Amino acid sequence: MKKTFRMQDLDCANCAAKMERAVASIDGVQNVSVSFVMQRMTVEADEERFDEIMKEAAKKCRRIEPDCRIVL
Amino acid sequence: MSRKQKNELIRIVCCLVAFLVLLVTDKCLSGGLAGAVGGKYGWLLPFALYLAVYIAIGYDVLWRAFRGILRGQMLDENFLMCIATLGAFALAIYTGASGLAPEGFDEGCAVLIFYQVGEFFQDYATGRSRRSISALMDIRPDTAHVVREGVAVTVDPAEVQPGEIISVLPGEKVPLDGVVTKGASSLDTRALTGESLPREISEGDAVVSGSVNVTSALEVRVEKAFYDSTVSKILDLVENAAEQKSKAENFITKFARWYTPAVVAAALLLAVIPGAVTGDWQEWVYRALSFLVVSCPCALVISVPLTFFAGIGAASKLGILIKGSNYLEKFDKANTFVFDKTGTLTKGNFAVVKVSPESDRERILALAATAERGSSHPIARSVAAAYGKETHADYTLTNRAGEGVVAEKDGSRILAGNEKLMRAFGVEFIPEDGAGTVIYVAENGAFVGSLLVADELRSETAEVVGELNAMGCRTVMLTGDNERIAANIAGKAGVTDFKASLLPQDKVAEVEKALAAQGKKDVLCFVGDGINDAPVLMRSDIGIAMGGVGSDAAIEASDIVLMRDDLKGIPVAKRIARKTMCVVYENIWFSILVKVAILILSAVGIAGMWLAVFGDVGVAVIAILNAMRVGSRRSVERAKRAKPAF
Repeated sequence: MKKTFRMQDLDCANCAAKMERAVASIDGVQNVSVSFVMQRMTVEADEERFDEIMKEAAKKCRRIEPDCRIVL
Repeated sequence: MSRKQKNELIRIVCCLVAFLVLLVTDKCLSGGLAGAVGGKYGWLLPFALYLAVYIAIGYDVLWRAFRGILRGQMLDENFLMCIATLGAFALAIYTGASGLAPEGFDEGCAVLIFYQVGEFFQDYATGRSRRSISALMDIRPDTAHVVREGVAVTVDPAEVQPGEIISVLPGEKVPLDGVVTKGASSLDTRALTGESLPREISEGDAVVSGSVNVTSALEVRVEKAFYDSTVSKILDLVENAAEQKSKAENFITKFARWYTPAVVAAALLLAVIPGAVTGDWQEWVYRALSFLVVSCPCALVISVPLTFFAGIGAASKLGILIKGSNYLEKFDKANTFVFDKTGTLTKGNFAVVKVSPESDRERILALAATAERGSSHPIARSVAAAYGKETHADYTLTNRAGEGVVAEKDGSRILAGNEKLMRAFGVEFIPEDGAGTVIYVAENGAFVGSLLVADELRSETAEVVGELNAMGCRTVMLTGDNERIAANIAGKAGVTDFKASLLPQDKVAEVEKALAAQGKKDVLCFVGDGINDAPVLMRSDIGIAMGGVGSDAAIEASDIVLMRDDLKGIPVAKRIARKTMCVVYENIWFSILVKVAILILSAVGIAGMWLAVFGDVGVAVIAILNAMRVGSRRSVERAKRAKPAF
């Protein structure tokens, strides 16, 4: 399943790259792309575990940039 | 500028002024601020003043760095900036406490101020580019007036079902794709196609969502749900354009990943090893701190996607939709263009191109139109269109399959058809050799003349093909016509090569053959009108569909969509791709070189922290300005017009 999320207050380009890497390392994520310019994250992951994966992704992103929020 | 940005700007300016005043006083007084107080604790005065400015400008950086440490983000840019600046302060305290003139408070402050200037600028620039894309998003209609039980109700466009009637008032956007059932008006499709001339429409014409109704009210029967409408498809495409990342972007991401740890490691080594060898700890720690100032790869990480974004934005302003930065990157390298003939190189409609003998034009056309009036075949219609007048309706028409038509009235007989028909009736005729379909016309057993009907070349075809050839590209035409007609059209269009007598399914095979034969660096583009060539569009390296407005299949299957039914978009897109890639490479090389130069200069002690921070912020600002150049109005205008300069 593929879904796109808005990223609120994603303020640094390097963080976006770091987030992309962090989310890609989550088990079950097939593809992820964080666009700093569009402030968007597109995640492609296993359907059954999607919510669980997104929770994990949100946690990882918060660690990198605490001000940034994924709008679910 | 948003409120947040304004506040930030005020803070930066205030701190900068305070800092400059402090700096000038410090430098002008003999012995500096510390000397003015004098004594053993004289350094405390400049320390306190600079620290006040430092905290005012950098409290948020300090706070983020602190949070970063708690979360285990040691290589966070905020953290590294804090180490560099606090380190500078520590060195200054150390020299001050040991009785020398303290040096370095100003540097610590300056680094943080310029760091914030850089951040502010980045924020502002990305905000601006984002807004230019949201301007494009203006095509999204907010409401639809649907007529239910005779009353117009205003609803969300998503609630309208296909088949319902909506009314569109002048000045409003057409919310959904449909067909006009009542009224006539002109439509402004500029937001969709970049075309500035309004289009006249009347009853029975199709209207596309996202265009603006200019003159008078219309009633439209909705054909597609909002989700399937052109405007949703386009918005979806533009929003997702940033998702497909180019090789250049991937390179930068990889580079950034290793850059920061490498610089930090180098800084550590630089502080420890020469420091231990020479014993001059202060000097080497200072040089290491200068390293940390340039440890953030931000200039690169932000300017490259920003450039692609600007390129895609510039193209969309001209009615060219590019589905991702990877396609823009690839399109710059495109060197083979394969064109479908009908509907792409040609207008896709038949027209009478020659009447012989020309002196009898009126009579031949009148006879042919009379004979062909019963048929709805495109060729018959082209004859009627060429004649353009009422024909005699009282002829009895007999169709002779594979030959033509016989029309009879009161003993007079018109023959219109190919040479077989002429022979069948024993009519002597003058053969016509032109490329296309020939209709011979005879009246009462005597030959009158012939008509040549052919598909017309688009007016811009020769120019565009010529331009592409001049750019060093190979141009190939695919067609189902026989060799002779194909050669004729290929000659007129100016393509370098053509393949004739192809069945529709052969086109895929033909493109696959070309793909297999090409080298690794070659890029093959297929240009089609999106009607029944979706498989070829998908199979080629880059599929370009024309006349995307109203054609979903084309928008979905292709990588670049020319919203306007005009081939000139191809060289325009090529120029935009060229420009974008130039700027991307300029930015990559320029940023890396400046950073490496700063690293080397600070390692050997030529560059201090001042130069490091100026270099780092400066390169980011220049790279971003360079990126924004791609999307500027001037550059868009130039892409539209300029003759290729390469």
